[in-house]
Amino acid sequence: MMKTNTMLRFAAGALALLGVGASGAVLAAEGTPVPPRQSWTFSGPFGHFDATQLQRGFKVYREVCANCHSVRLLAFRNLAEEGGPHFSEAQVKALAAEYKVTDGPNDSGEMFQRPARPADRFPPPFANRQAAEAANGGAYPPDFSVLAKARTYERGFPWFVFDMFTQFQEQGVDYITALMLGYEEPAHGVEVPAGKYYNTYFPGHIISMPKPLSDGQVEYPKGPDGKPQAPETVAQYAKDVSAFMMWSAEPHLEARKQIGFRILSFLLVFAGLLYFTKKKIWSKVEGHAVSH
Amino acid sequence: MSAPSTYVPKSAFGKWFESRLPVMGLLHSSFIVFPNPRNLNYFWTFGGMLAFMLVAQIVTGVVLAMHYTPNAKMAFDSVEHIMRDVNYGWLLRYLHANGASMFFVAVYVHIFRGLYYGSYKAPREILWILGVIIFLLMMATAFMGYVLPWGQMSFWGATVITNLFSAFPVVGETIVTFLWGGYSVDNPTLNRFFSLHYLLPFMIAGVVVLHIWALHVPGSNNPTGIEKKTEKDTLPFHPYFTVKDALALVCFLMVYIWFVAYTPNFLGHADNYIEANPAVTPAHIVPEWYFLPFYAILRAIPDKLMGVLAMFGSIAVLAFLPWLDTSRVKSANYRPLYRQFFWLFAVAAVGLGWLGAKPPEGGYVIASRILTFYYFAHFLIVLPLLGLFETPRRLPGSIAEAVLGKGGSASAMAAGAAQSPNTKG
Repeated sequence: MMKTNTMLRFAAGALALLGVGASGAVLAAEGTPVPPRQSWTFSGPFGHFDATQLQRGFKVYREVCANCHSVRLLAFRNLAEEGGPHFSEAQVKALAAEYKVTDGPNDSGEMFQRPARPADRFPPPFANRQAAEAANGGAYPPDFSVLAKARTYERGFPWFVFDMFTQFQEQGVDYITALMLGYEEPAHGVEVPAGKYYNTYFPGHIISMPKPLSDGQVEYPKGPDGKPQAPETVAQYAKDVSAFMMWSAEPHLEARKQIGFRILSFLLVFAGLLYFTKKKIWSKVEGHAVSH
Repeated sequence: MSAPSTYVPKSAFGKWFESRLPVMGLLHSSFIVFPNPRNLNYFWTFGGMLAFMLVAQIVTGVVLAMHYTPNAKMAFDSVEHIMRDVNYGWLLRYLHANGASMFFVAVYVHIFRGLYYGSYKAPREILWILGVIIFLLMMATAFMGYVLPWGQMSFWGATVITNLFSAFPVVGETIVTFLWGGYSVDNPTLNRFFSLHYLLPFMIAGVVVLHIWALHVPGSNNPTGIEKKTEKDTLPFHPYFTVKDALALVCFLMVYIWFVAYTPNFLGHADNYIEANPAVTPAHIVPEWYFLPFYAILRAIPDKLMGVLAMFGSIAVLAFLPWLDTSRVKSANYRPLYRQFFWLFAVAAVGLGWLGAKPPEGGYVIASRILTFYYFAHFLIVLPLLGLFETPRRLPGSIAEAVLGKGGSASAMAAGAAQSPNTKG
């Protein structure tokens, strides 16, 4: 008789073997190196966001990325939510008031500008896609809202099978971090057209975005010793803004992992109880006939 | 659904009700006292899981539909609204999306169980064909469901698959226009896909009722492939199989929740988090993992129409399986040659799945062609011939004998003798 674990292995194996295409959109083009693995607080079964890192990441986004990239699905109020950057309500209110949003029509039928409220979503830097493209040499700076989940690279066999068990889900943020650090001198013999840039990790290497970050560009909050709470370097900016993007793409990640752990614990105990119940019930009939 | 009811209502209301609508008696005879072969292994628990998954998909889907907007301009954002703003919306959506995959995991194990133990043979041909119909409906439902988030892979997957129908001569273009509700995949396509995605699960539920009905006429097949004959061969459904099914289901749910909680996007495509854009084609358009073997068959054939016919044929051929397999012995446990060919077929099917995810070029195309040929050869050449040449192992006299050893039954059958279908009940 098939044992449960054999069967589970079979099911997992079938899943693994049939799930070849599941590793996501193929980003890696010929000659594109695999983005290095970063360590993230939000990876693994007990993963959680580091609120101070998200706050720093938000600062980088706001001061640098937001000039071109929208984050249209994010509302100001989200910044105060638990499992996120966890700014105070007052901070969010003050922050929102610095932005102008279009509202209306008012009683005279006119649209008007007013300071944003926490319930508003982040206004985009450009009025529409065409305006964004026109201002960026024809390239559209993608929206940040779910970008961390919209980017990946091919893991290939057998790695994607292991990913199921190791819960490696951070390909997107690893790639984005690598991209920030991937601005280098063009590889030998590569022609970079005018207005374009060379990036080691970008598929095809020719990217429309100039190197966005430089050391010391964004001032980080100071710790009690008067020093910034994290190094003001491109590497740190890249990691912090990537973490912010992961949260923006998956704002309920913490709740998901916590609730998931509780459900799994319950199911594990339940399965144990059922196993012994089943054993007891079947012990009456195993090995001999029963009349019923 | 078949055994005469032995249900005796206890309360006065129960008696009154039962004499007017004997539904309790029906449930009692179908799921309480129903005699199941006592030797069913855990591969027989996947039917119960499938029933559970169908209900789970309908329940989560109905709630998602309360928050989803089937409009090409709003669909993507409404899914994100569910993920961000709806209470536990992220849980509902991940349960539903991963639930589709788990549904297919279970159905593939269920189908391969049927293939291995010859569950499609007399007297279960109708039961099997109903299963093939459910499988087709599931595929249609899953395909249309994947279109609803209106991401890049939704849009381009819909474009590629609906375009297949244009391969049919004369009527092809008309069919495609009809599917699209226009001249390209657009808002009308999304509207009708949403409508049908809501409808089809209830049609599946209807066919599932027929499937269970057809199952309960002869009862379940079992690992020996010989029919139950006496009471000694069986155990009542409750408590023996309810507890066994429950244990297996809970283990299955653990795998399901693992995906939902920790790797909810593992089985999806990153590209589907980019909103649909008719002007930008993704580098690789890849269907969901459960369609990959059929996608590989489609692309293996150089001619578009023949490719489409081969793809549909690869599922249609399953419906003829009861008559293509000429062996009178059901279970592969007693068919030494078929057993090997079964595993070869399983490897070919998984291989096709792998190739379906690869770009259609070079060696991948050649491998796809070889495996596509083998896929059909298994059904059209191997199975018909195998029954004629194979010498089966000696079958036990009864299920009880197989489980309890000699003494369970006196009759020792000659090798390869057909077991007369014992349609009790």
